[in-house]
Amino acid sequence: MKARVFVTLKNGVLDPQGKAIGHALNGLGFQGIGEVRQGKVIDLELSERDEAKAHASLKDMCEKLLANTIIEKYEIELKA
Amino acid sequence: MRSAVVVFPASNCDRDAAVALEQMTGIKPHIVWHADSEVPNVDLIVLPGGFAYGDYLRCGAMASQSRVMRDVKAKAEKGVAVLGICNGFQVLTETRMLPGALIRNAGLKFVCRPVAMTVEETQNAFTRKYNHGQRVVFPVAHGEGNYFAEDETLDRLEGEGRVVFRYAPGDNPNGSARDIAGILNEKRNVLGLMPHPERVCDPLLGGTDGRALFESLIEALS
Repeated sequence: MKARVFVTLKNGVLDPQGKAIGHALNGLGFQGIGEVRQGKVIDLELSERDEAKAHASLKDMCEKLLANTIIEKYEIELKA
Repeated sequence: MRSAVVVFPASNCDRDAAVALEQMTGIKPHIVWHADSEVPNVDLIVLPGGFAYGDYLRCGAMASQSRVMRDVKAKAEKGVAVLGICNGFQVLTETRMLPGALIRNAGLKFVCRPVAMTVEETQNAFTRKYNHGQRVVFPVAHGEGNYFAEDETLDRLEGEGRVVFRYAPGDNPNGSARDIAGILNEKRNVLGLMPHPERVCDPLLGGTDGRALFESLIEALS
């Protein structure tokens, strides 16, 4: 099973990189850009075949390492 | 005072810390590798500055999972003093030995310059030789030193007298919440700070404001 984990900064946590990307896009002439926030994508391959178990295990991974839940939130996507 | 400096792959202030410790205490610190399972019995453990494990994933994240950190955490729980400087502070927040997190500097740039701070608390082993409210100048050198915590955590830190160093008004180099530069844990035996006291222990290096931090530890722990 393949999994994709999205890790992004929580709302309210300053994202200066996102801001810089927004400024750069404005500089390139792109119009109408509101707030820009950047995050990470982590792709994982799992031997687990049971979706519920895989999800539980990924949640544990996020809580323990993949995300710092003080500043970040995460979303898990599973692909069979 | 017996001390140890933990070295992770890509630590780069370990030697600065070891030199300052030897100069100040007259005793060579133990140098402990990240893969070691135990830190020798010492009075003070220093987590130095650098970019442990290349700051992969998040600064301090990989180092927090290293074998040596299990023993650092266990020793801290038993009361051993732990000082995390710069990357060491980031490691301490990632291991949850200190609350909050250190995120990208608000101005995005890596900041490398002396900063002025005030010593806000002196009732602890790290700053007892400073005067309350004393202005000190330490250098900073970091890209991710912007201290972040929820308001209730910040209120608690302030209420419990755990904000030890605060950037002087107008000299906050990174956007840290409430100008926080250094904090203590609840038991007051773990201090994390972004500025580098070990780099201002010798007049040849441009300042001596860091000496009192080591003198405090020597007085408290010897």
